[in-house]
Amino acid sequence: MRKANRIITILIFIFLYAPMAVLILASFNTGKDITQFEGFTFMRYVEVFQDRSLLTLLGNSLIISILSSAIATVFGTFSAVGIQRLGPKMRKTVMGLTNIPMTNPDIVTGISLSLLFVFVGSKMLGQRNSLTFWTLLIAHITFNLPYVILNVMPKLQQMDNSLVEAAMDLGCTPTQSFFKVTLPEIMPGIISGAIMSFTMSLDDFVISYFVTGLDFITLPVEIYNYTKKQLQPKIYAMFTMLFLLIFVLMVVMNLLQLRQEKADRARKGG
Amino acid sequence: MKKYICLLLTVLLLAGLCGCDTADDRVTINVYNWGQYISEGDDGCIDVIALFEERYPNIRVNYVTFDSNETMYTKMAGGGITVDVIIPSDYMVGRLIEENMLLELDYNNIPNAQYIDSRFRNTDYDPENKYSIPYTWGTVGIIYNSNYVDEEDVTGWELLWNEKYADKILMFDNSRDAFGIAQNLLGYSINSTDPEELKACAEKLAEQRPVVQQYIMDQVFDLMENEEAWIAPYYAGDYLTMAEENEALCFYLPEDQGFNLFIDAMCIPTCAENKEAAETFINFLCEPEIAGGNMDWVCYGTPLTAAKEFMDPEVVNDPVSYPSEETLDRGTGYISLPRSTTRLMEELFMQVRNGIPVHLP
Amino acid sequence: MKKNKSVLLSAPYILWMVIFTLIPLCVVLYYALTDVETGAFSVKNMENLVLYLPAFWRSILYSLVSALICLVIGYPVAYYMAHCSPTAQKFLYMLVMLPMCMSFLLRTLAWVGLLQDTGIINNFLDMLGLPRLSLIRTPGAVILGMVYNYLPYMILPLYSIIVKIDHRLIEAAEDLGCNGVQVFARVVLPLSMPGILSGITMVFVPAVSTFYISNKLGSTDIVLIGDIIERQFKQGDNANMGAALSLLLMILVFVCTGIMNRFGGDEEGGVPV
Repeated sequence: MRKANRIITILIFIFLYAPMAVLILASFNTGKDITQFEGFTFMRYVEVFQDRSLLTLLGNSLIISILSSAIATVFGTFSAVGIQRLGPKMRKTVMGLTNIPMTNPDIVTGISLSLLFVFVGSKMLGQRNSLTFWTLLIAHITFNLPYVILNVMPKLQQMDNSLVEAAMDLGCTPTQSFFKVTLPEIMPGIISGAIMSFTMSLDDFVISYFVTGLDFITLPVEIYNYTKKQLQPKIYAMFTMLFLLIFVLMVVMNLLQLRQEKADRARKGG
Repeated sequence: MKKYICLLLTVLLLAGLCGCDTADDRVTINVYNWGQYISEGDDGCIDVIALFEERYPNIRVNYVTFDSNETMYTKMAGGGITVDVIIPSDYMVGRLIEENMLLELDYNNIPNAQYIDSRFRNTDYDPENKYSIPYTWGTVGIIYNSNYVDEEDVTGWELLWNEKYADKILMFDNSRDAFGIAQNLLGYSINSTDPEELKACAEKLAEQRPVVQQYIMDQVFDLMENEEAWIAPYYAGDYLTMAEENEALCFYLPEDQGFNLFIDAMCIPTCAENKEAAETFINFLCEPEIAGGNMDWVCYGTPLTAAKEFMDPEVVNDPVSYPSEETLDRGTGYISLPRSTTRLMEELFMQVRNGIPVHLP
Repeated sequence: MKKNKSVLLSAPYILWMVIFTLIPLCVVLYYALTDVETGAFSVKNMENLVLYLPAFWRSILYSLVSALICLVIGYPVAYYMAHCSPTAQKFLYMLVMLPMCMSFLLRTLAWVGLLQDTGIINNFLDMLGLPRLSLIRTPGAVILGMVYNYLPYMILPLYSIIVKIDHRLIEAAEDLGCNGVQVFARVVLPLSMPGILSGITMVFVPAVSTFYISNKLGSTDIVLIGDIIERQFKQGDNANMGAALSLLLMILVFVCTGIMNRFGGDEEGGVPV
């Protein structure tokens, strides 16, 4: 049984990674066609760094995802603390509200936000340019917030409330007790919320595609535009580099986490 | 935990650095053009935008592309964006003029407009040349792969309906060009406003859908070059680009049927923020040497005879790019249609694409 | 006193979510109920929805089939992962997550390169002297694209539930004389139900609304509802009809997830990293 599962798992991983292997291979291809390998070259990587617009787009994507996930993390953490203190009925309503962007298909979220921005910006305020960097940022924060809330809330619920009370008894102000007791306790939730919202926002295409204007475009949206023309092989090189970067980041994160767990165990044991 | 925070801060700092270069005092113009429609330094050709920014260091060009007039229009009409220069086709220019979406050009800033050939002045869509300056012109014909398509089948537009080549035929993914082909096939005017004629065209297009592999625009290059598809209607200039990669490709203008002769022109929309810089850019594109270098890569027809001396003679003498006068006489230009007709056409095309029964709303 | 103060922390959030999730949906409703030409109130868009029902059914069918396939092939993977050493678990988890962080557009495009008539698989068959296959532009290709793109959304929730199953329960069942199949059917499977339900939802929702996958891998006859909505907004210049279609899509998704939650009863939080 276990052997069969192992074989299936290996096959599934091949299935998951085969298309990416194709893309990575294509980044070393001298020819333009993804289906025919004509020769080996590193030129595509040089081309990426010569292409100003590609680097700007990557920068744009990073700016949006870092800003939106940072804002959503801070905003979401404080909100989660607030929601935790709400009455049960109200809390249920608010969590229902939080679930809307989670269950709604991305395409509907994207369309509803873009209609809102255009409706308010152009029709009500008479603005010429209503789809800007700021509206994109708002959209990203909006779909990032639920990830933070849903990761922080369980940690808050698990937390032993007597810890906070003890801190207060020992003379902490509520603010102090939050930063000294609550925050370290819920930190794992905050971090996983932050990482999730960062990756969601970095890779988001559908929502950005509907909300974006012309003056601030992110990489996934432009990749879509690229796929509507003749695809330039330097895109594959870019993909490969991002793949490696994310791979290394993930491994590092995992190693850090493992080391910390070991340290925790050692501390508890000693 | 501190490590994570350090990591986050480092990344934030990096992002901050990336963001800094936007804070200079240069004027930025948004140029919104068709894909694959300006020479960007590939294949040993000039990089038009880099040359422009070199000559006018205080202007930065943000170059964005669209894949059809309709996409461009939808984006512009939807509001919410600023664009300084657009390069739509003739009928779209006419429509934008009618809807007061274009600004009048100040010819003092565009002295190079003097080089435009008289043939391309005072056109139907912009009789007084107030709003637009031609960028390129060309024809719409059928591109086919001679390795797979029998010569005897190459008669006219009906080739695109030939079941023998089912799943190997591509079709335009924009309403005006798709309807133009159906109209030419059925013998209607390509500027018809008769709803019944349009409905007949839509039915013809719906009949075609089962044999169509994909509805595409610029994906045509890859699909035709690697022979995934064998037959496609497209713009003559782009055929030349494809033929460089695959010699089996041929171009054909139906002999006893009409075809579309188009002009793409540069305009400044009302949502522009830097009109003068936009005019400088247009003027730059009209400079014969730049236009010539640009067209060497784009391969479309240039409206500037003066530019031809800076071009590759092989391109200038190619009958596909520059067909004979008699051939050109068979072509018709699109004119701007009433809003209701355009709307109907789009509606009908959506019905065809979405596979729902064709009906007049 | 302190309680009241921290309750206030939730106010900006509630305000934000109302402005940016509830009100936009009202705007969608407003567009759906107005005429594209005149801007006056009209139910025409709503009436026209009937025409699009076949596309809706097709979308639901394709995405349900994809979700079931994901479940069948994802379960053994999740089960295997959950029974690895903790370090291996972390590593495998990461490997499942990684594709989710890469551009799905390019990954889908890679499938086009693999499947098309002049693609990698067919070239390979050709080299071996075997006949070419028509793989792309079939319903199978669309479902393959969906399964490929959304499989991680199935594996991860399944894994996080299976890993929490108390091993003592399995041992108890074995002690009471259950064989392997019985243990699985009576203990493991019922206990992993919440993961199965949230996995199916997480695959179904993006699959039912996709537009790129069907466009690239499907034939011109396989039109899904996401394609239609995207086209209405980006090409058709008819945001009102698009709004009506999105509204129907949204209601459909909420009904489906509602049914799922009914089955599961428990509300499932986010996927822990």
